[in-house]
Amino acid sequence: MDNNKNWIDQRFPLTKVWNEHLAEYYTPRNFNFWYFFGSLAILVLVIQILTGIFLTMHFKPDAALAFASVEYIMRDVDWGWLIRYIHSTGASAFFVVIYLHMYRGLLYGSYKAPRELIWILGMVLYIALMAEAFMGYVLPWGQMSYWGAKVIINLFGSFPIIGDILLEFILGDYAVGDPALNRFFSLHVIALPLILVVLVFLHIVALHTVGSNNPDGIEIKKNKDANGIPKDGIPFHPYYSVKDIVGVVVFLMIFTSIVFFAPALGGYFLEAPNFVEANPLKTPDHIAPLWYLTPFYSVLRAIPPMFGSQLPGVLAMFAALLILIALPWLDRSKVKSIRYRSWPYKVALTIFVISFIVLGWLGMQAVTPLYSLMAQIFTALYFAFFILMPWFTSIGETKPVPERTTEH
Amino acid sequence: MSEQEIDLKKRRFLTGATSVVGAVGVGFVLVPFLSSWMPSARAKAAGAPVDVDVTKLEEGQLVRVLWRKKPIWVFKRDKTVLANLPTLDAELVDPNNTENQQPAYAKNPHRSINPEIAVMVGICTHLGCSPTYRPEVGAADLGGDAWKGGFYCPCHGSKFDLAGRVYAGVPAPTNLVIPPYHFVTDSLIRIGIDPKAS
Repeated sequence: MDNNKNWIDQRFPLTKVWNEHLAEYYTPRNFNFWYFFGSLAILVLVIQILTGIFLTMHFKPDAALAFASVEYIMRDVDWGWLIRYIHSTGASAFFVVIYLHMYRGLLYGSYKAPRELIWILGMVLYIALMAEAFMGYVLPWGQMSYWGAKVIINLFGSFPIIGDILLEFILGDYAVGDPALNRFFSLHVIALPLILVVLVFLHIVALHTVGSNNPDGIEIKKNKDANGIPKDGIPFHPYYSVKDIVGVVVFLMIFTSIVFFAPALGGYFLEAPNFVEANPLKTPDHIAPLWYLTPFYSVLRAIPPMFGSQLPGVLAMFAALLILIALPWLDRSKVKSIRYRSWPYKVALTIFVISFIVLGWLGMQAVTPLYSLMAQIFTALYFAFFILMPWFTSIGETKPVPERTTEH
Repeated sequence: MSEQEIDLKKRRFLTGATSVVGAVGVGFVLVPFLSSWMPSARAKAAGAPVDVDVTKLEEGQLVRVLWRKKPIWVFKRDKTVLANLPTLDAELVDPNNTENQQPAYAKNPHRSINPEIAVMVGICTHLGCSPTYRPEVGAADLGGDAWKGGFYCPCHGSKFDLAGRVYAGVPAPTNLVIPPYHFVTDSLIRIGIDPKAS
């Protein structure tokens, strides 16, 4: 055994990598519930890739065949229904996990120096994931796939001058059709998964370079013992690998319950119109993106057309997404964790979370004058969180941050 | 952590138990994924039995039908052909059908239920080409007078007689396969299902 290990270690840094990233990677000992979601995101990524590989074996990326091939998977392929429902539930589960993961970052200031790059890589991951999910939703070629694709892609047509050319470039046609389905299939199964895997790798490398933040928001590397080991650190393996397995088990219990008992989750995970084949002649009565995109869809709808163009709404939507990247530089607070922040930040974060959830809910509703007004108010509050952040993070009294982690 | 000693035995047991339960779980998860590679309901439906009406089949005539994407030959042999079959035994690899290449009810000299009507899978047992029907007795390119009619595989030159039995000295190792089939009526053959008796 040792001989084999030596043979490999002389040719590949197996033991070195194992120690650096697992057995001797020191992690703060005060991780709590919120620290499950990074490893769960990797689990969901693996689930999506595995189920996706098996779905690709039966799916036909052809506008004339796609819908029937999905029904074929559901009815004729042995266990095909299970593989597809794991994949469709996995898509939503991915965003549940990612949103909680990002919220953890907001709670404990995980995006602040020296972890800005981890945050930026995470945001790029999030955007790539949205593109991946959107293109995946087009593939079954149901009514929602078709009309959702049409609405989202038409956003690009609102850019002045280049809009029309851009649309034709994206679609490879004058409307959503076979060429779009075919290229979305390619991007969904090859390009974006590769990008996601590379970004996850970079995200983790960046994390392991600076080390994890923690609920106290202190740097454990500042307090080392005689051997150079952080006093508040414990090796990731076995301590957190075992903790994460508990998280995985609980997650899978909830996940499989949805897969087996409510795969459509009342229309939130799979929308009813998508069980009808795409029909370019008939728009469904009510059309909304899946829940994870609706906050941004609300922002889009909240901004009225100006100068005879949809462009302001489109720009606002992209701004709502991209402004998150600037977070590390907008936050002027000297402390990271919500535990020691001043009250204005706690109030602002609460308003922000409420705004995000309300915008998400509004994005699923049909437009009424009241809802439009609400969308405008909450869009304003959403942006206010970022625009006012340099101000409200520098006022109010912060609590003293302890030298060492507080939980044992 | 107090001064309490670490119970390594207990720890090993728990690690082992968790790993075993986890491995069983992975085993269960593998089932749907591996099963999804098996023929789907559609493929099974496409592999359903095929009916052939032999009312109008003339002596010497051969029809080909597809069953499970394989060519199936149905042809009618006259008295001379049937009489010739035993005379070839010395030149064949397996004249008495000892290899399991046919259902029990076709394990006879003419390798069929009805002696006249032959049913066989038209795929060479060498590498899967479909042999050519060469019923003409004494064909010069197939050995002249010794040739009593049969099948010749254009890919690698394997030869079979009109009961699908392979000649010695050719690449194909075994006789042609007889598929399961039965007579629904005297003139209707259903390929893919054994007779009720068997």
